[in-house]
Amino acid sequence: MSNKLTGPVRITATTQAMSVFCEVPQAAPVAVFKLSQDFNNDQFPNKVNLGVGAYRTDEGKPWVLPVVKKVEKIIVHDDRLNHEYLPILGLPEFRSSASKIALGDDSSAIQENRVGAVQCLGGTGALKMGAEFLRRFYNGNNNTKTPVYVSAPTWENHNAVFANAGFEDVRPYKYWDAENRGLDLAGFLGDLETCPEHSIFVLHACAHNPTGTDPTHEQWKMIAEIMMRRKLFVFFDSAYQGFASGSLDKDAWAIRYFVSMGFEMFCAQSFSKNFGLYNERVGNLTIVARNADNLKRVLSQMEKIVRTTWSNPPSQGARIVAITLNTPELFAEWKDNVKTMADRVLLMRAQLKAKLQALGTPGTWDHITEQIGMFSFTGLNPKQVEYMVKEKHIYLMASGRINMCGVTTRNINYIAESIHETVTRVQ
Amino acid sequence: MSIFSEVPAAPPVAVFKLSADFREDDHPQKVNLGVGAYRTDDCLPWVLPVVKKVERLIVEDDSLNHEYLPILGLPEFRSASSKVALGDDSAAIKENRVGGVQALGGTGALRIGAEFLRRWYNGVNNTATPVYVSAPTWENHNSVFADAGFKDIRPYHYWDAANRGLDLAGLLDDLEKAPEHSIFVLHACAHNPTGTDPTQEEWKKIAEIMKRRNLFVFFDSAYQGFASGSLDKDAWAIRYFVSQGFELFVAQSFSKNFGLYNERVGNLTVVAQDSDNLTRILSQMEKIVRTTWSNPPSQGARIVSKTLNCPELFAEWKGNVKTMADRVLLMRDQLKSKLQALGTPGTWDHITQQIGMFSFTGLNPKQVEYMIKEKHVYLMASGRINMCGLTSKNIDYVAQSIHETVTKVQ
Repeated sequence: MSNKLTGPVRITATTQAMSVFCEVPQAAPVAVFKLSQDFNNDQFPNKVNLGVGAYRTDEGKPWVLPVVKKVEKIIVHDDRLNHEYLPILGLPEFRSSASKIALGDDSSAIQENRVGAVQCLGGTGALKMGAEFLRRFYNGNNNTKTPVYVSAPTWENHNAVFANAGFEDVRPYKYWDAENRGLDLAGFLGDLETCPEHSIFVLHACAHNPTGTDPTHEQWKMIAEIMMRRKLFVFFDSAYQGFASGSLDKDAWAIRYFVSMGFEMFCAQSFSKNFGLYNERVGNLTIVARNADNLKRVLSQMEKIVRTTWSNPPSQGARIVAITLNTPELFAEWKDNVKTMADRVLLMRAQLKAKLQALGTPGTWDHITEQIGMFSFTGLNPKQVEYMVKEKHIYLMASGRINMCGVTTRNINYIAESIHETVTRVQ
Repeated sequence: MSIFSEVPAAPPVAVFKLSADFREDDHPQKVNLGVGAYRTDDCLPWVLPVVKKVERLIVEDDSLNHEYLPILGLPEFRSASSKVALGDDSAAIKENRVGGVQALGGTGALRIGAEFLRRWYNGVNNTATPVYVSAPTWENHNSVFADAGFKDIRPYHYWDAANRGLDLAGLLDDLEKAPEHSIFVLHACAHNPTGTDPTQEEWKKIAEIMKRRNLFVFFDSAYQGFASGSLDKDAWAIRYFVSQGFELFVAQSFSKNFGLYNERVGNLTVVAQDSDNLTRILSQMEKIVRTTWSNPPSQGARIVSKTLNCPELFAEWKGNVKTMADRVLLMRDQLKSKLQALGTPGTWDHITQQIGMFSFTGLNPKQVEYMIKEKHVYLMASGRINMCGLTSKNIDYVAQSIHETVTKVQ
């Protein structure tokens, strides 16, 4: 950094040279958080936040699951527990029960000792660890050129996670058919057939974010057939297990099918939504390998990657989840809490569609109940979205994505009427 | 065939391998002087009483929920942490040019800082800027910066083995010769693994050269309060550098001084020239955090934040920290006395001159091997021992073992 001062100058705290950071540009804020911020600043009494993906009760409030509250009390009163470092790969009983949740109690892969796991910082951390591993060791060494395919559209952070892990070629695969408001199966299968062999595909295990549109079982089978034949790498992102349909097993069908077909694969699991433990960062990277020997070597390299990122993972959230999953009564209570959330979302879907139909809002609205999970891709275009935000003070993503959890019995009429007004006035 | 068939097995992290070997050892008098965590005189982990108290407060507080923290973390944690490092009366804080990034322990803070510097320091995506770490240093420093993309990580002279002290001349010389804008990782206090810190006068010399030669200051502060028992004393170097007008990073860990190892509580304190620079830096930090862990874990940050921001709890915490620091000082004192009483060859003053959790005993690799294999006393190959592993019950055995080792093995 050149100093434009000449002659001897006594450097003090107030007369120093330019900042070493003066060239650092301002980064754009993350869209979904900017939306929430704008919502928070809005004074309008009937404002509605349909942006960020977190569950809300019918009162529009965050919900700490009753089973979570119960287990937190158990933990704080257990004097056998301390705060010593967890192993690098995390709490063993968390890792094994988390993988079991994804793969099923009767998973033969687990019985064959070829399933392992890395406790991670939420789904993001699991994706990151998996990506860092693949960049180093998949399809050659340090192969940053292997294409990584993410759905069009997808969670806005997928691209950046893989890019920051070093992958140079992150591409979209066809997914959303905007015209027909459904899955573009032909496009998707076409991309699977024509992509380079060994490409990595990020698949949403259920409740696709942001479209809420999942392949059917038959469609998953077609996808799997091509991926197996063309040696494509399967990387599931599973952030909504149980939350989507209310059933853990139903929501894990695709993962289990692929495992049964013999794939080696990764599954990034998040417990943020289905446990409501967003801020404790509870995630798990499940690894399915050919056999125990391969698994062992993979996990040893995962340790190296974890060690230079966060050293070892945080305990609190993992303890809550592990105790819950490993205690039959608590497990049953949890499944019930999950069903409560899923059912409320399903109810809001049914009611929103019914109200739009009753209003005679132009267009078809079946997709609201056909889509699954937290999000609905309404089909509103950017100008309509802008109208919703600016004129009606209803905050949703520019893509037209709404968080169904933001819909309540108190605001659903206002929302339906606003959509109606928007669609009729703005094209 | 497996797609992973070419993946090589990675060697285990040395310090954890040591602990694993220790656990498997059946010898009744075995002692673990390896991994760096505090132990009571009963050789048990210690949950600080103030931590237990605050955990109960948190679980009873129905106003709290589990909604995502902001990307940069819990605001009251970040500000309280930076204040602990920089001081209550910090002018830099008053000038609004200090920010924090809540991170996953000290490791996470180092990593985020390293990722930022690789992208934005000394040019753009400058992976060629040399990063200097002390010789020796915490074994993970090198890897953290390498994995962040830096290609040139070098040692700076630090430990003088012959004289068992700081190699000041070597250190100052490396500072004079390093390429301008090189990054230096400095241990704020209680150097790991040597326990040997520069004196205040020596820090002043270090700072003078670093300022003159435009070297980047990256403090690693994992033991504040734990080293001397005083938060302020242990932060002297950091505060001195800030007072000298440096823009700098401090990777803070609350693992040791709060005993919250497994909740991963850390903070990257950023001292910038002014609030405008700070704002832009933090915006880029957000981008890096977002693709690494999205937003940080709440529990540990809440515990620390509540404690630091509540005067009675803060006082209680300082008391707990002093308890730990005092026990370590006592063990240092007693170990030295016993070795002197035994007439163990060599000088043992360094045991009480060194500070913090670790002591660099001066035992060589063969002597270390003897300690482990014959005496079942586990320590790092470098000769580093964790003073916290010493107790009134095992100190005689440890002293005798060192005596036997030094006399039998050369």
